[in-house]
Amino acid sequence: MIATAWWGRRLARAAEWLTTPLLPDDYLGLVNPLWSASEPCGRVESVRRETADATTLLIRPGRGWAGHHPGHHLRVGVEIQGVLHWRVYSITSAPDSPDGLVSITVKTLPGGRVSPHLGRHTAPGTVLRLGAAEGDFTLPFPVPPRLLLLTAGVGITPVMGILRALAARDTVPDTVLVHSAATPQDVVFGPELRELARRKAALTLHEHYTRMHPGGPGAGARSRRLTADRLADLVPDWRERDTWACGPVGMLEAVERHWAQAGIAEHLHVERFRFATTPAGAEANGPGRVRFTVTGREADAAPCVPLLVVGEDAGVPMPSGCRMGICHSCVARLVRGRVRDLRTGRIHGEAGDLVQTCVSAAAGPVHLEL
Amino acid sequence: MNATTTAHLDDTDVEAFGAELDRIREEIIAERGESDARYIRRVIAVQRTLEAGGRVALLVSLFPPAWAAGTAMLATAKILDNMEIGHNVLHGQWDWMRDPKIHSTTWEWDALTPAAAWKHTHNDLHHRWTNVVGRDRDVGYTILRMSQDQPWRPDHLAQPLYNAALAPLFEWGIAIFDLEFDAAVQGRKTWRTFFGELRGLASKAGRQIGKDYVLFPLLAGPSALSCLLGNLTAATTRNLWSHTIIFCGHFPDGTQTFREEEIEGETRARWYLRQLLGSANIEGGPLFHVLSGNLGHQIEHHLYPDLPSNRYAQIAPRVRELCDKYRLPYTTGPLGKQYRQAWKRVLRLALPG
Repeated sequence: MIATAWWGRRLARAAEWLTTPLLPDDYLGLVNPLWSASEPCGRVESVRRETADATTLLIRPGRGWAGHHPGHHLRVGVEIQGVLHWRVYSITSAPDSPDGLVSITVKTLPGGRVSPHLGRHTAPGTVLRLGAAEGDFTLPFPVPPRLLLLTAGVGITPVMGILRALAARDTVPDTVLVHSAATPQDVVFGPELRELARRKAALTLHEHYTRMHPGGPGAGARSRRLTADRLADLVPDWRERDTWACGPVGMLEAVERHWAQAGIAEHLHVERFRFATTPAGAEANGPGRVRFTVTGREADAAPCVPLLVVGEDAGVPMPSGCRMGICHSCVARLVRGRVRDLRTGRIHGEAGDLVQTCVSAAAGPVHLEL
Repeated sequence: MNATTTAHLDDTDVEAFGAELDRIREEIIAERGESDARYIRRVIAVQRTLEAGGRVALLVSLFPPAWAAGTAMLATAKILDNMEIGHNVLHGQWDWMRDPKIHSTTWEWDALTPAAAWKHTHNDLHHRWTNVVGRDRDVGYTILRMSQDQPWRPDHLAQPLYNAALAPLFEWGIAIFDLEFDAAVQGRKTWRTFFGELRGLASKAGRQIGKDYVLFPLLAGPSALSCLLGNLTAATTRNLWSHTIIFCGHFPDGTQTFREEEIEGETRARWYLRQLLGSANIEGGPLFHVLSGNLGHQIEHHLYPDLPSNRYAQIAPRVRELCDKYRLPYTTGPLGKQYRQAWKRVLRLALPG
């Protein structure tokens, strides 16, 4: 087995001499994108509508996929009008599922550019780029004996990956899931969660609704956000449980404060969804300030001064060429923030873009990988 | 520069001309999208299929039809790789797709010169200083006299011979030219940098030569010699073709060269004007334009070096209309005529005066 792998690697190396300056993968990927490991891809096998605004994509990963742990997220690259956009999504499937598929669940954000495309306009057969699975919102091994999972809205997604992995095992630890959603219909994976709680005695599910219609089921009994008192009622032993929490920023801040006040911050694990970009159409404002992440330098940047000049004045070794936007020698990776094209005034850019520093100025705070 | 071609335009006219060219650029940027992405992916797929097919056919090239088919496919693949794909990807024409595999910062091409060296001498020096004598090293590639503004030396008498020898060995010529030995001698580049780049070239060229003239012939077994000959023919065909296209870009009649003092304080609009006056197009059909990397639209390429090449054909009539409107020359002609005129210039300027 080991010898086969060794020969396989030798053979792949030898093949590189035949395909130079390209890689054998570049030819394999032409036949089937899933065969290329240097640019890992997956193909959407099926699409499942979960709620009014949440959609699950079941993806067959290609040769470059190295697997994941429950609770991991991954970067997903999707081409929209010829342009590749990357977003981060939690993996909602259990590792090594029998069908070999990996799933993500996308909440469609109104006015967003990528999530409506993934959630509403992605058909089976679509090829998506896949980044490596990563993150530290994972269960330790051995699994703690008592768990509290605290989620709200689409924050259920990484926890669903964890729950499905636990459910696939023979013994499920004593687990309480407290999930907040606007209404019962808005609970992503609602039927599956309820079924799971019925089947597994060790799993207790509490659903909390923040918006109930007057006169509807449960009206008046519970409303608004889950409070600390209510949580203590539902889970009296919350202090003794290892807790995984995922939801909106406000909720996570409240939870972190509460756990810190109780002196048990080390029992708490949180997952934050960082949206890679300012929403489409939002104008970046505020004074320009550039942080050069490699050299660690920082400088103020006037709205009409090219990033190239800002960097040079700050003593950063900036790559440069024509200084007029034609040769692309000066491109640098944008880590965060947005830039203004000095030729047109157009504000653009998202994390990971390569920008021409000689014709781009900072539109607000900017981090550049230089 | 021939002052009479632009004497009728004052600064306001030139700036208005530039603004109209800027508008075309903006329109194309707003339009480019899925169909453009499909185009470049298709060209890349065709190139790789031709290359793989050509390589396989040459493995059994003792059989003459296999030799002919293999060599033709490989020559076409090398031409597509260098012209429509490599040159244009390295210009950053496809960077907007954000595909890390089709990007100016990651692309490497089937040529001896490393992509990084080419991007410096071509994208920066040549495209910024187009046809400025003493600045644009592409005006004669430091060995030929291609403008009357370049002082005559006795060795220029032999330049028709140099040029004839350069054509079949063009990729070697470019590789050596990109090293900028002249810049190292004049102190514009440190020797340390020079030797670093020389090592980069040796490593890239070693892989290229190893693949074409050692590995694939060895794999071909009994067909080794015919495989080697096929590879050599394909590479030489590519060299002759790219030399031909490139010589028609800036040397036919009507293209002007500039002196450094003429471009002092040049605005963006005047830079556009210099690109127009310094470049020449070649007329041809769609297949010709793909095989020439759309450099038949040399004028449009020089105005917009980082717009996707498949858009030049759409831009060309609009640029031509602008030239009519501003009564500016638009140099173009069929390949044979342009090539003859470039050669005429090589021959004429071999002599003093």
